[in-house]
Amino acid sequence: MTRISLTVDGAAVSDDVEPRMLLVQYLRERLGKTGTVIGCDTSNCGACTVHLDGTSVKSCNVLAVQADGGEVTTIEGLAQDGQLHPVQEAFRECHGLQCGFCTPGMIMQSVDLLKENPKPSEEEIRLGLEGNLCRCTGYHNIVRAVQHASGQGVTS
Amino acid sequence: MIPAQFDYVAPTSVEDALAALAEHGDDAKIIAGGQSLLPVLRMRLNAPEIVIDLGRIDSLRGVRDDGDAIVIGAMTPHSVVGADPLVNEHALLIARAVEHLADAQVRHRGTFGGALAHADPAGDLGAPVRALGASFVIQGAGGTRTVSADDFFVDLFETAIGDDEILTAVRVPKHTGWGAHYEKFVRVAHQWPIVAVAATVRVEGGAIAEARIGLTNMGSTPLRATAVEAALAGQPATEDAVRAAAAHAAERTSPPSDLNGDADYRRHLATVITRRAVLAAAGG
Ligand SMILES: Cc1cc2nc3c(=O)[nH]c(=O)nc-3n(C[C@H](O)[C@H](O)[C@H](O)COP(=O)(O)OP(=O)(O)OC[C@H]3O[C@@H](n4cnc5c(N)ncnc54)[C@H](O)[C@@H]3O)c2cc1C
Ligand code: FES
Ligand code: FES
Repeated sequence: MTRISLTVDGAAVSDDVEPRMLLVQYLRERLGKTGTVIGCDTSNCGACTVHLDGTSVKSCNVLAVQADGGEVTTIEGLAQDGQLHPVQEAFRECHGLQCGFCTPGMIMQSVDLLKENPKPSEEEIRLGLEGNLCRCTGYHNIVRAVQHASGQGVTS
Repeated sequence: MIPAQFDYVAPTSVEDALAALAEHGDDAKIIAGGQSLLPVLRMRLNAPEIVIDLGRIDSLRGVRDDGDAIVIGAMTPHSVVGADPLVNEHALLIARAVEHLADAQVRHRGTFGGALAHADPAGDLGAPVRALGASFVIQGAGGTRTVSADDFFVDLFETAIGDDEILTAVRVPKHTGWGAHYEKFVRVAHQWPIVAVAATVRVEGGAIAEARIGLTNMGSTPLRATAVEAALAGQPATEDAVRAAAAHAAERTSPPSDLNGDADYRRHLATVITRRAVLAAAGG
Protein backbone atom coordinates (compact mmCIF):
# COMPACT_ATOMS: atom_id res chain seq x y z
CA MET A 1 0.00 0.00 0.00
CA THR A 2 1.15 3.52 -0.78
CA ARG A 3 -0.19 6.64 0.88
CA ILE A 4 -1.41 9.30 -1.53
CA SER A 5 -2.72 12.81 -0.85
CA LEU A 6 -4.27 14.91 -3.55
CA THR A 7 -7.01 17.41 -4.28
CA VAL A 8 -10.08 16.18 -6.14
CA ASP A 9 -12.72 18.68 -7.26
CA GLY A 10 -11.45 21.15 -4.69
CA ALA A 11 -11.43 18.79 -1.70
CA ALA A 12 -8.28 17.37 -0.09
CA VAL A 13 -8.28 13.56 0.03
CA SER A 14 -5.78 11.07 1.42
CA ASP A 15 -5.83 7.27 1.12
CA ASP A 16 -3.75 4.11 1.16
CA VAL A 17 -3.92 2.53 -2.29
CA GLU A 18 -2.36 -0.40 -4.10
CA PRO A 19 0.21 0.97 -6.56
CA ARG A 20 -1.61 -0.81 -9.38
CA MET A 21 -4.85 1.09 -8.77
CA LEU A 22 -5.77 3.25 -11.76
CA LEU A 23 -6.77 6.85 -11.18
CA VAL A 24 -10.21 6.18 -12.67
CA GLN A 25 -10.78 3.30 -10.23
CA TYR A 26 -9.70 5.49 -7.35
CA LEU A 27 -12.13 8.23 -8.39
CA ARG A 28 -15.05 5.86 -8.89
CA GLU A 29 -14.52 3.15 -6.30
CA ARG A 30 -12.91 5.05 -3.43
CA LEU A 31 -14.34 8.52 -3.83
CA GLY A 32 -17.67 7.50 -5.38
CA LYS A 33 -17.14 9.94 -8.25
CA THR A 34 -18.95 7.81 -10.80
CA GLY A 35 -19.48 10.76 -13.13
CA THR A 36 -16.17 9.74 -14.69
CA VAL A 37 -16.86 6.60 -16.70
CA ILE A 38 -14.86 3.76 -18.25
CA GLY A 39 -15.64 3.12 -21.90
CA CYS A 40 -12.84 0.85 -23.09
CA ASP A 41 -9.92 -1.36 -22.13
CA THR A 42 -7.41 0.17 -24.49
CA SER A 43 -7.17 3.86 -23.56
CA ASN A 44 -8.71 4.82 -26.88
CA CYS A 45 -12.18 6.14 -26.06
CA GLY A 46 -11.50 9.14 -23.80
CA ALA A 47 -14.68 8.62 -21.74
CA CYS A 48 -12.55 8.68 -18.57
CA THR A 49 -10.94 12.08 -19.31
CA VAL A 50 -10.25 14.26 -16.27
CA HIS A 51 -7.85 17.15 -15.66
CA LEU A 52 -4.66 16.42 -13.73
CA ASP A 53 -2.67 19.50 -12.71
CA GLY A 54 -4.49 21.58 -15.27
CA THR A 55 -4.33 19.38 -18.38
CA SER A 56 -6.55 16.62 -19.71
CA VAL A 57 -5.52 12.98 -19.21
CA LYS A 58 -7.17 9.62 -19.67
CA SER A 59 -7.65 8.54 -16.06
CA CYS A 60 -7.68 4.85 -17.05
CA ASN A 61 -4.08 5.30 -18.19
CA VAL A 62 -2.67 6.98 -15.07
CA LEU A 63 -1.92 5.26 -11.77
CA ALA A 64 -3.48 6.79 -8.68
CA VAL A 65 0.03 6.93 -7.15
CA GLN A 66 1.21 9.03 -10.10
CA ALA A 67 -1.40 11.64 -9.13
CA ASP A 68 -0.02 11.89 -5.58
CA GLY A 69 0.35 15.55 -4.63
CA GLY A 70 -1.63 16.61 -7.68
CA GLU A 71 -4.87 18.36 -8.38
CA VAL A 72 -7.66 16.50 -10.17
CA THR A 73 -10.83 17.97 -11.64
CA THR A 74 -13.58 15.62 -12.80
CA ILE A 75 -16.85 16.33 -14.57
CA GLU A 76 -18.38 16.56 -11.08
CA GLY A 77 -16.17 19.51 -10.20
CA LEU A 78 -16.97 21.71 -13.21
CA ALA A 79 -20.21 23.31 -12.05
CA GLN A 80 -19.72 26.15 -9.57
CA ASP A 81 -22.33 27.19 -6.99
CA GLY A 82 -25.05 25.24 -8.75
CA GLN A 83 -24.24 26.89 -12.10
CA LEU A 84 -23.31 24.58 -14.95
CA HIS A 85 -19.97 25.29 -16.63
CA PRO A 86 -20.45 27.13 -19.97
CA VAL A 87 -19.34 24.01 -21.86
CA GLN A 88 -21.91 21.90 -19.99
CA GLU A 89 -24.54 24.52 -20.85
CA ALA A 90 -23.50 24.43 -24.49
CA PHE A 91 -23.77 20.63 -24.68
CA ARG A 92 -27.30 20.93 -23.32
CA GLU A 93 -28.19 23.84 -25.58
CA CYS A 94 -26.88 22.20 -28.76
CA HIS A 95 -28.02 18.68 -27.86
CA GLY A 96 -24.40 17.52 -27.89
CA LEU A 97 -25.30 14.09 -26.55
CA GLN A 98 -27.43 11.11 -27.34
CA CYS A 99 -26.95 8.25 -24.85
CA GLY A 100 -24.59 10.49 -22.88
CA PHE A 101 -21.91 7.92 -22.14
CA CYS A 102 -19.08 9.77 -23.87
CA THR A 103 -20.29 13.14 -22.55
CA PRO A 104 -18.22 13.51 -19.36
CA GLY A 105 -15.02 12.86 -21.32
CA MET A 106 -16.14 15.00 -24.27
CA ILE A 107 -16.87 17.93 -21.96
CA MET A 108 -13.60 17.62 -20.01
CA GLN A 109 -11.60 17.46 -23.25
CA SER A 110 -13.57 20.38 -24.73
CA VAL A 111 -12.80 22.50 -21.66
CA ASP A 112 -9.10 21.69 -22.07
CA LEU A 113 -9.24 22.45 -25.79
CA LEU A 114 -10.87 25.85 -25.24
CA LYS A 115 -8.33 26.74 -22.57
CA GLU A 116 -5.50 26.22 -25.07
CA ASN A 117 -7.38 27.62 -28.05
CA PRO A 118 -10.34 29.86 -27.10
CA LYS A 119 -11.59 30.33 -30.69
CA PRO A 120 -10.96 27.02 -32.46
CA SER A 121 -12.03 26.40 -36.05
CA GLU A 122 -14.30 23.44 -36.78
CA GLU A 123 -11.25 21.50 -38.00
CA GLU A 124 -9.33 22.31 -34.81
CA ILE A 125 -12.28 21.16 -32.68
CA ARG A 126 -12.43 17.83 -34.52
CA LEU A 127 -8.67 17.35 -34.12
CA GLY A 128 -8.76 18.42 -30.48
CA LEU A 129 -11.42 15.81 -29.72
CA GLU A 130 -9.57 13.08 -31.65
CA GLY A 131 -9.03 11.03 -28.52
CA ASN A 132 -12.73 10.92 -27.62
CA LEU A 133 -15.03 8.44 -29.28
CA CYS A 134 -18.82 8.72 -29.44
CA ARG A 135 -20.52 5.41 -30.17
CA CYS A 136 -23.75 7.18 -31.01
CA THR A 137 -21.69 9.07 -33.63
CA GLY A 138 -23.11 12.35 -32.46
CA TYR A 139 -19.97 14.25 -33.38
CA HIS A 140 -21.78 16.91 -35.37
CA ASN A 141 -23.67 18.34 -32.42
CA ILE A 142 -20.66 17.95 -30.15
CA VAL A 143 -18.64 20.16 -32.50
CA ARG A 144 -21.51 22.67 -32.54
CA ALA A 145 -21.60 22.67 -28.75
CA VAL A 146 -17.90 23.54 -28.59
CA GLN A 147 -18.39 26.30 -31.18
CA HIS A 148 -21.30 27.62 -29.15
CA ALA A 149 -19.32 27.52 -25.90
CA SER A 150 -16.52 29.49 -27.56
CA GLY A 151 -18.96 32.24 -28.46
CA GLN A 152 -18.68 31.54 -32.18
CA GLY A 153 -21.50 30.91 -34.57
CA VAL A 154 -22.29 27.26 -35.14
CA THR A 155 -21.93 25.69 -38.57
CA SER A 156 -25.32 24.49 -39.68
CA MET B 1 -8.71 -4.67 -16.73
CA ILE B 2 -6.17 -3.82 -14.07
CA PRO B 3 -2.48 -4.69 -13.82
CA ALA B 4 -1.11 -7.48 -11.63
CA GLN B 5 0.24 -6.33 -8.27
CA PHE B 6 3.57 -4.56 -8.12
CA ASP B 7 5.59 -2.45 -5.70
CA TYR B 8 6.24 1.17 -6.55
CA VAL B 9 8.98 3.71 -5.96
CA ALA B 10 9.20 7.30 -7.15
CA PRO B 11 12.82 8.45 -6.73
CA THR B 12 13.67 12.14 -7.06
CA SER B 13 17.10 11.74 -8.68
CA VAL B 14 18.54 9.71 -11.56
CA GLU B 15 21.09 8.21 -9.14
CA ASP B 16 18.33 6.88 -6.86
CA ALA B 17 16.45 5.51 -9.87
CA LEU B 18 19.61 3.73 -11.07
CA ALA B 19 20.15 2.29 -7.58
CA ALA B 20 16.59 0.92 -7.58
CA LEU B 21 17.16 -0.57 -11.06
CA ALA B 22 20.42 -2.18 -9.91
CA GLU B 23 18.75 -3.64 -6.84
CA HIS B 24 15.80 -5.22 -8.65
CA GLY B 25 17.28 -6.07 -12.04
CA ASP B 26 14.91 -7.93 -14.35
CA ASP B 27 12.02 -7.64 -11.89
CA ALA B 28 11.88 -3.86 -12.31
CA LYS B 29 10.24 -1.74 -14.99
CA ILE B 30 10.60 1.98 -15.49
CA ILE B 31 7.47 4.05 -15.92
CA ALA B 32 7.70 7.44 -17.65
CA GLY B 33 4.32 8.76 -18.81
CA GLY B 34 2.86 5.26 -18.71
CA GLN B 35 1.02 5.74 -22.01
CA SER B 36 2.53 2.62 -23.54
CA LEU B 37 3.45 0.74 -20.37
CA LEU B 38 0.10 0.90 -18.59
CA PRO B 39 -1.87 -0.63 -21.50
CA VAL B 40 0.74 -3.43 -21.56
CA LEU B 41 0.43 -4.01 -17.80
CA ARG B 42 -3.36 -3.86 -17.95
CA MET B 43 -3.43 -6.54 -20.63
CA ARG B 44 -1.05 -8.52 -18.37
CA LEU B 45 1.49 -8.83 -21.18
CA ASN B 46 4.11 -7.91 -18.60
CA ALA B 47 4.08 -8.20 -14.82
CA PRO B 48 7.05 -6.47 -13.18
CA GLU B 49 7.54 -6.87 -9.42
CA ILE B 50 8.42 -3.25 -9.01
CA VAL B 51 7.69 -0.13 -11.03
CA ILE B 52 10.17 2.74 -10.85
CA ASP B 53 8.51 6.08 -11.64
CA LEU B 54 10.74 8.75 -13.24
CA GLY B 55 7.95 11.33 -12.93
CA ARG B 56 9.40 13.01 -9.83
CA ILE B 57 12.86 13.66 -11.30
CA ASP B 58 12.77 17.31 -12.32
CA SER B 59 16.19 17.27 -14.01
CA LEU B 60 14.81 14.98 -16.76
CA ARG B 61 12.24 17.54 -17.90
CA GLY B 62 12.63 20.47 -20.27
CA VAL B 63 14.38 21.61 -23.45
CA ARG B 64 17.63 23.57 -23.41
CA ASP B 65 20.00 25.22 -25.86
CA ASP B 66 23.44 23.63 -26.05
CA GLY B 67 25.32 25.52 -28.74
CA ASP B 68 25.02 23.62 -32.00
CA ALA B 69 22.30 21.34 -30.60
CA ILE B 70 19.18 21.40 -28.48
CA VAL B 71 18.80 18.91 -25.64
CA ILE B 72 15.37 17.45 -24.92
CA GLY B 73 14.97 15.90 -21.46
CA ALA B 74 13.63 12.35 -21.58
CA MET B 75 10.66 13.14 -19.32
CA THR B 76 9.46 16.16 -21.31
CA PRO B 77 5.82 15.51 -22.27
CA HIS B 78 4.94 15.44 -25.97
CA SER B 79 2.68 18.49 -25.62
CA VAL B 80 5.54 20.53 -24.14
CA VAL B 81 8.01 19.39 -26.83
CA GLY B 82 5.56 20.28 -29.60
CA ALA B 83 5.02 23.81 -28.29
CA ASP B 84 8.62 24.50 -27.27
CA PRO B 85 10.16 27.55 -29.02
CA LEU B 86 13.64 25.97 -29.30
CA VAL B 87 12.20 22.84 -30.89
CA ASN B 88 10.15 24.91 -33.34
CA GLU B 89 13.13 27.07 -34.27
CA HIS B 90 15.87 24.44 -34.53
CA ALA B 91 14.14 21.08 -35.03
CA LEU B 92 10.82 21.89 -36.65
CA LEU B 93 10.53 18.31 -37.93
CA ILE B 94 10.04 17.07 -34.37
CA ALA B 95 7.27 19.59 -33.68
CA ARG B 96 5.56 18.56 -36.92
CA ALA B 97 5.67 14.87 -35.95
CA VAL B 98 4.41 15.50 -32.42
CA GLU B 99 1.29 17.20 -33.82
CA HIS B 100 0.30 13.87 -35.34
CA LEU B 101 1.18 11.68 -32.37
CA ALA B 102 -1.78 10.08 -30.58
CA ASP B 103 -4.33 12.53 -29.12
CA ALA B 104 -4.26 15.54 -26.80
CA GLN B 105 -4.69 13.55 -23.59
CA VAL B 106 -1.92 11.10 -24.47
CA ARG B 107 0.36 13.97 -25.53
CA HIS B 108 -0.11 15.55 -22.09
CA ARG B 109 1.16 12.42 -20.28
CA GLY B 110 3.42 10.59 -22.74
CA THR B 111 7.06 11.63 -22.82
CA PHE B 112 9.65 12.15 -25.55
CA GLY B 113 12.09 9.68 -23.97
CA GLY B 114 9.39 7.14 -23.17
CA ALA B 115 8.19 6.98 -26.76
CA LEU B 116 11.76 6.53 -28.07
CA ALA B 117 12.68 3.96 -25.39
CA HIS B 118 9.53 2.04 -26.26
CA ALA B 119 10.82 1.78 -29.87
CA ASP B 120 7.57 0.81 -31.55
CA PRO B 121 8.43 0.71 -35.28
CA ALA B 122 5.12 2.51 -35.93
CA GLY B 123 5.96 5.19 -33.34
CA ASP B 124 6.05 8.71 -34.74
CA LEU B 125 9.25 10.04 -33.14
CA GLY B 126 11.87 7.56 -34.34
CA ALA B 127 11.92 8.70 -37.98
CA PRO B 128 12.33 12.42 -37.22
CA VAL B 129 15.10 11.90 -34.65
CA ARG B 130 16.93 9.58 -37.04
CA ALA B 131 16.53 12.02 -39.89
CA LEU B 132 17.95 14.82 -37.73
CA GLY B 133 20.94 12.71 -36.67
CA ALA B 134 20.09 12.95 -32.97
CA SER B 135 22.11 11.22 -30.29
CA PHE B 136 20.88 9.58 -27.12
CA VAL B 137 22.28 10.28 -23.66
CA ILE B 138 22.11 7.11 -21.57
CA GLN B 139 23.10 6.95 -17.92
CA GLY B 140 24.11 3.86 -15.95
CA ALA B 141 25.91 3.09 -12.72
CA GLY B 142 29.24 3.48 -14.54
CA GLY B 143 28.46 6.94 -15.90
CA THR B 144 26.97 8.45 -19.01
CA ARG B 145 27.40 7.39 -22.64
CA THR B 146 26.09 8.79 -25.90
CA VAL B 147 24.69 6.60 -28.67
CA SER B 148 23.97 7.78 -32.22
CA ALA B 149 20.45 7.49 -33.64
CA ASP B 150 21.78 4.96 -36.15
CA ASP B 151 22.87 2.66 -33.30
CA PHE B 152 20.07 3.40 -30.81
CA PHE B 153 17.30 1.47 -32.53
CA VAL B 154 18.20 -2.23 -32.49
CA ASP B 155 15.00 -4.07 -33.41
CA LEU B 156 11.24 -4.16 -32.75
CA PHE B 157 10.78 -2.66 -29.26
CA GLU B 158 14.52 -2.97 -28.66
CA THR B 159 17.04 -0.18 -28.15
CA ALA B 160 20.63 0.26 -27.01
CA ILE B 161 19.45 1.12 -23.47
CA GLY B 162 20.71 -1.60 -21.10
CA ASP B 163 18.52 -3.17 -18.40
CA ASP B 164 20.39 -1.19 -15.76
CA GLU B 165 20.38 2.11 -17.65
CA ILE B 166 18.12 5.13 -18.10
CA LEU B 167 17.69 7.35 -21.14
CA THR B 168 18.12 10.86 -19.74
CA ALA B 169 18.06 13.13 -22.81
CA VAL B 170 18.19 13.36 -26.58
CA ARG B 171 20.61 15.76 -28.30
CA VAL B 172 19.30 17.09 -31.58
CA PRO B 173 21.71 18.97 -33.87
CA LYS B 174 20.24 22.33 -34.85
CA HIS B 175 18.58 22.52 -38.26
CA THR B 176 17.69 26.18 -38.04
CA GLY B 177 15.66 27.48 -40.96
CA TRP B 178 15.07 24.06 -42.51
CA GLY B 179 11.56 23.39 -43.82
CA ALA B 180 9.89 20.33 -42.35
CA HIS B 181 6.90 18.09 -42.81
CA TYR B 182 5.64 14.84 -41.29
CA GLU B 183 3.27 12.97 -43.57
CA LYS B 184 1.39 10.22 -41.75
CA PHE B 185 -0.81 7.81 -43.67
CA VAL B 186 -3.63 6.40 -41.55
CA ARG B 187 -6.90 4.68 -42.35
CA VAL B 188 -8.97 6.51 -39.74
CA ALA B 189 -8.25 9.38 -37.36
CA HIS B 190 -6.16 8.83 -34.25
CA GLN B 191 -4.21 5.80 -35.35
CA TRP B 192 -0.72 4.50 -35.68
CA PRO B 193 0.71 5.12 -39.14
CA ILE B 194 0.54 2.48 -41.84
CA VAL B 195 3.56 4.34 -43.23
CA ALA B 196 4.82 7.81 -42.36
CA VAL B 197 7.62 9.96 -43.69
CA ALA B 198 9.57 12.64 -41.86
CA ALA B 199 11.21 15.10 -44.23
CA THR B 200 13.30 18.18 -43.56
CA VAL B 201 15.05 20.19 -46.26
CA ARG B 202 17.27 23.24 -46.61
CA VAL B 203 16.12 25.25 -49.58
CA GLU B 204 18.55 27.69 -51.22
CA GLY B 205 17.53 29.80 -54.20
CA GLY B 206 14.62 27.54 -55.11
CA ALA B 207 16.72 24.36 -55.00
CA ILE B 208 17.00 21.68 -52.34
CA ALA B 209 20.52 22.10 -50.97
CA GLU B 210 20.22 19.29 -48.41
CA ALA B 211 17.50 16.85 -47.39
CA ARG B 212 17.04 14.44 -44.54
CA ILE B 213 14.34 11.80 -44.70
CA GLY B 214 13.17 9.31 -42.08
CA LEU B 215 10.71 6.45 -42.60
CA THR B 216 8.21 5.14 -40.04
CA ASN B 217 6.98 1.54 -40.14
CA MET B 218 9.05 0.49 -43.15
CA GLY B 219 11.08 -2.04 -41.15
CA SER B 220 11.66 -3.22 -37.60
CA THR B 221 13.28 0.12 -36.72
CA PRO B 222 12.87 3.68 -38.01
CA LEU B 223 14.94 4.08 -41.19
CA ARG B 224 16.82 6.80 -43.07
CA ALA B 225 16.08 7.07 -46.79
CA THR B 226 19.66 7.92 -47.74
CA ALA B 227 19.16 7.18 -51.45
CA VAL B 228 16.37 9.77 -51.60
CA GLU B 229 18.50 12.27 -49.68
CA ALA B 230 21.36 11.86 -52.16
CA ALA B 231 19.04 12.10 -55.17
CA LEU B 232 17.44 15.29 -53.86
CA ALA B 233 20.65 17.22 -53.19
CA GLY B 234 20.95 20.10 -55.63
CA GLN B 235 17.61 19.40 -57.33
CA PRO B 236 14.97 22.07 -57.93
CA ALA B 237 12.00 21.81 -55.56
CA THR B 238 9.65 20.85 -58.37
CA GLU B 239 7.08 18.08 -58.52
CA ASP B 240 8.97 16.15 -61.24
CA ALA B 241 12.39 16.34 -59.61
CA VAL B 242 11.01 15.35 -56.22
CA ARG B 243 8.96 12.51 -57.71
CA ALA B 244 12.08 11.08 -59.37
CA ALA B 245 14.08 11.24 -56.13
CA ALA B 246 11.21 9.84 -54.04
CA ALA B 247 11.09 6.76 -56.26
CA HIS B 248 14.11 5.52 -54.24
CA ALA B 249 12.19 5.66 -50.93
CA ALA B 250 11.59 1.92 -50.57
CA GLU B 251 15.18 0.89 -51.30
CA ARG B 252 16.72 -1.25 -48.56
CA THR B 253 13.52 -1.31 -46.50
CA SER B 254 11.70 -4.38 -45.16
CA PRO B 255 8.17 -3.24 -44.37
CA PRO B 256 5.76 -5.52 -42.49
CA SER B 257 2.65 -7.10 -44.00
CA ASP B 258 -0.50 -6.88 -41.92
CA LEU B 259 -4.23 -6.20 -42.17
CA ASN B 260 -3.56 -2.58 -43.11
CA GLY B 261 -1.52 -3.52 -46.13
CA ASP B 262 1.13 -5.90 -47.42
CA ALA B 263 4.79 -5.10 -47.87
CA ASP B 264 4.43 -4.22 -51.58
CA TYR B 265 1.64 -1.80 -50.81
CA ARG B 266 3.80 -0.14 -48.16
CA ARG B 267 6.76 0.12 -50.56
CA HIS B 268 4.58 1.90 -53.08
CA LEU B 269 3.07 4.07 -50.38
CA ALA B 270 6.53 5.09 -49.17
CA THR B 271 7.39 6.61 -52.56
CA VAL B 272 4.09 8.53 -52.72
CA ILE B 273 4.27 9.78 -49.14
CA THR B 274 7.92 10.75 -49.51
CA ARG B 275 7.08 12.91 -52.53
CA ARG B 276 4.29 14.64 -50.61
CA ALA B 277 6.42 15.11 -47.50
CA VAL B 278 9.39 16.59 -49.37
CA LEU B 279 7.26 18.96 -51.44
CA ALA B 280 5.46 20.17 -48.32
CA ALA B 281 8.76 20.58 -46.43
CA ALA B 282 10.26 22.57 -49.32
CA GLY B 283 7.16 24.74 -49.52
CA GLY B 284 7.69 26.22 -46.10
C1 LIG C 1 -4.47 5.83 -27.27
C2 LIG C 1 -3.01 5.93 -27.60
C3 LIG C 1 -2.62 6.30 -28.88
C4 LIG C 1 -1.27 6.42 -29.20
N1 LIG C 1 -0.95 6.81 -30.47
C5 LIG C 1 0.35 6.97 -30.79
C6 LIG C 1 0.73 7.41 -32.10
O1 LIG C 1 -0.11 7.67 -32.95
N2 LIG C 1 2.05 7.54 -32.37
C7 LIG C 1 3.02 7.27 -31.43
O2 LIG C 1 4.21 7.43 -31.72
N3 LIG C 1 2.70 6.88 -30.19
C8 LIG C 1 1.40 6.72 -29.84
N4 LIG C 1 1.08 6.30 -28.57
C9 LIG C 1 2.16 5.99 -27.59
C10 LIG C 1 2.72 7.25 -26.99
O3 LIG C 1 3.63 7.82 -27.88
C11 LIG C 1 3.43 7.01 -25.68
O4 LIG C 1 3.49 8.23 -25.01
C12 LIG C 1 4.87 6.59 -25.77
O5 LIG C 1 4.99 5.51 -26.65
C13 LIG C 1 5.40 6.14 -24.44
O6 LIG C 1 5.82 7.24 -23.67
P1 LIG C 1 5.60 7.21 -22.11
O7 LIG C 1 6.33 8.36 -21.55
O8 LIG C 1 4.18 7.13 -21.82
O9 LIG C 1 6.40 5.88 -21.70
P2 LIG C 1 5.97 4.64 -20.81
O10 LIG C 1 4.74 4.01 -21.31
O11 LIG C 1 6.00 5.00 -19.39
O12 LIG C 1 7.22 3.68 -21.11
C14 LIG C 1 7.36 3.02 -22.35
C15 LIG C 1 8.56 2.05 -22.27
O13 LIG C 1 9.79 2.74 -22.26
C16 LIG C 1 10.52 2.49 -21.06
N5 LIG C 1 11.08 3.79 -20.67
C17 LIG C 1 10.36 4.95 -20.58
N6 LIG C 1 11.18 5.98 -20.29
C18 LIG C 1 12.43 5.47 -20.19
C19 LIG C 1 13.70 6.07 -19.92
N7 LIG C 1 13.83 7.39 -19.71
N8 LIG C 1 14.80 5.26 -19.89
C20 LIG C 1 14.67 3.92 -20.14
N9 LIG C 1 13.49 3.32 -20.40
C21 LIG C 1 12.38 4.07 -20.43
C22 LIG C 1 9.53 1.90 -20.10
O14 LIG C 1 10.14 1.01 -19.19
C23 LIG C 1 8.57 1.18 -21.02
O15 LIG C 1 9.06 -0.07 -21.36
C24 LIG C 1 -0.27 6.16 -28.22
C25 LIG C 1 -0.64 5.78 -26.93
C26 LIG C 1 -2.02 5.66 -26.61
C27 LIG C 1 -2.40 5.25 -25.22
S1 FES D 1 -11.83 4.33 -20.51
FE1 FES D 1 -10.09 5.58 -20.55
S2 FES D 1 -9.81 5.86 -22.67
FE2 FES D 1 -11.46 4.49 -22.64
S1 FES E 1 -23.66 10.16 -26.92
FE1 FES E 1 -23.63 8.00 -26.84
S2 FES E 1 -21.51 7.58 -26.94
FE2 FES E 1 -21.59 9.66 -27.35
